[in-house]
Amino acid sequence: MPPSDDVVLRVENLVKHFPLKRSGSLRAGGVVKAVDGVSFELRRGETLGVVGESGCGKSTLARTLVGLEKPTGGSVRFGDAVVHTARGRELRALRRRIQIVLQDPYTSLNPRRTIREILTQPFEIHPDVLPKARRTARISELLDLVGLDPSLHLDRYPHQFSGGQRQRIGIARALALQPDVVVCDEPVSALDVSVQAQVVNLLERLQKELGVAYVFIAHDLSVVRHISDRVAVMYLGKLVESGPGAPLYDAPRHPYTKALLSAVPVPEPASRTNRQRILLAGDPPSPVDPPSGCRFRTRCWQATDTCATQEPPLAGPEHPVACHYPLAA
Amino acid sequence: MEPLLKVTDLRVSFPGPSGPVHAVNGVGLELAAGRTLALLGESGSGKSVTAQAVMGILDVPPARVAGSVTLRGRELLTLSPRDRDRVSGEEIGMVFQDAMAALNPVFSVGDQITELLRVRRGMSRADARRRAVELLDRVRIPAPANRVKDYPHQFSGGMRQRVMIALAIALEPAVLIADEPTTALDVTVQAQVMELIAEIQRDSGMGLLLITHDLGVVAEVADDVAVMYAGRIVERGTVEQIFDGPAHPYTEGLLASMPRVDRTDEELYAIPGAPPNPARLPTGCPFHLRCHRVTPECRSDLPALEPLPAHRASACHHRTEVLHATQR
Repeated sequence: MPPSDDVVLRVENLVKHFPLKRSGSLRAGGVVKAVDGVSFELRRGETLGVVGESGCGKSTLARTLVGLEKPTGGSVRFGDAVVHTARGRELRALRRRIQIVLQDPYTSLNPRRTIREILTQPFEIHPDVLPKARRTARISELLDLVGLDPSLHLDRYPHQFSGGQRQRIGIARALALQPDVVVCDEPVSALDVSVQAQVVNLLERLQKELGVAYVFIAHDLSVVRHISDRVAVMYLGKLVESGPGAPLYDAPRHPYTKALLSAVPVPEPASRTNRQRILLAGDPPSPVDPPSGCRFRTRCWQATDTCATQEPPLAGPEHPVACHYPLAA
Repeated sequence: MEPLLKVTDLRVSFPGPSGPVHAVNGVGLELAAGRTLALLGESGSGKSVTAQAVMGILDVPPARVAGSVTLRGRELLTLSPRDRDRVSGEEIGMVFQDAMAALNPVFSVGDQITELLRVRRGMSRADARRRAVELLDRVRIPAPANRVKDYPHQFSGGMRQRVMIALAIALEPAVLIADEPTTALDVTVQAQVMELIAEIQRDSGMGLLLITHDLGVVAEVADDVAVMYAGRIVERGTVEQIFDGPAHPYTEGLLASMPRVDRTDEELYAIPGAPPNPARLPTGCPFHLRCHRVTPECRSDLPALEPLPAHRASACHHRTEVLHATQR
């Protein structure tokens, strides 16, 4: 384990709102509060899992972390550099350091380029990383690293590969410039179960070999538990709980985390009769007009008047929770 | 006793650029009233095509369907299209993954349920309307009397899935076929919808054929399981048999490759390679290229689905060994 003060990414009160355009009207609509005050630290070589349901803002968080979206407020710092105010050389250097792997291996690779061209591109954008003469060898190394055969695969096009192989190519591209941080946005959710385990194992092996840190964003709680050192649970644009994987999963402190975990089907038919399941009523509220106070209170079974008026901060040392009445450990 | 729904040696192929693509290669299934049979498989395994052939919603041609599908002993595949439509429409309810695509976007959900009841049951407009509200209430849509006027896009994903379930059970079918009914839903909503389907099944005694890739969902709701790979059933048994001691290396691999939410596990077992392209199936056992128990006969001889003790079956040359190795 790396020393705990070795922070590579420091996210402070990150906010991303999208203005809501009403068609046929000049009146300004509301805003979608996709990410609404998220803070965390990512340490060198660790995996932070971020889980949440659709619409909770986790993909917007991913895109904002790597600089694909400009935040409405707050900051993402890499060392001394601030991701969204950096310009010129500093920005180019930053982009090298923080990469992304996207969900859909079918749309994230250019269908008209060979794998060789796809993997050469990062070096064309950042020519100072590696002299031209050594790039071919490096690209072969990269393919080898992700378990593909360079002699067979370099001159093929994306459509000639299966979904799992394409995701390997996406990972090779993300690793080409030796980043410190890779943000993985649902990297295995488009894959078949039998192929998913291959890619999860690959990501873990690469982390051990290269010391890269992951922000692993997914809706699948089982995969996140497996791969993460620490986990953060997101609900309607905010983190409601975060902590090391085992305590968070085995003794959740936020009612939402508890409900979410209890809803995950467990592949053990024998245990299905004696499992306690909390069925949450309804769907998450709209991020355009989130509930006052605690955002989860409209679906929470222990909400009181306090929850409607005061927003609980994410507080606590090792296993912080944003709840007025956290569950006993 | 004659099973409610019986599928025997079902074969489905589609024309491809280089000869027919065999999507389903001799599938047999039996579903009894009040039971839940899960058809488990990955993309390309032929599970959805099997379901579509049973429902009678494949376009023939281009698809070619052979074999037998009987409902209460009556053969469906040889019926005229008109009779087939009537039987499937009234006796087999269907729920799909994508409710937005399955519902008509330009009619209110009430109109869609009402039309079904008027055409199939000859109900008056007022009676059909009343029944539509009851059905929406049955699937626990809040304020059904108001929501009956709403259009599909005005419902959330989970609520739309409920509307589709209401439509599927409107004619009180004997069999409900649900093709990945919760795959597009969030886990909390998935739990609500599966609970609802299970409850309706308990009350009505329907047989439920659940098509899914999700081992967790299978473990939660199924009584019996048929595992599909490359267009064939490779293993069949009760849900406890399959999960406690699989008798096919593919099932064994699937179970071992799944991370668990209730414990921290070490490295996952990964089945090497990818599922085969149905247009280019390997010789011998279709799983042999990915199998850690492969022997020469697996490369040359296709194993049939052979019985094992306790009414289960596996299509593996080494089924007895696998069972010994996996049983606790």
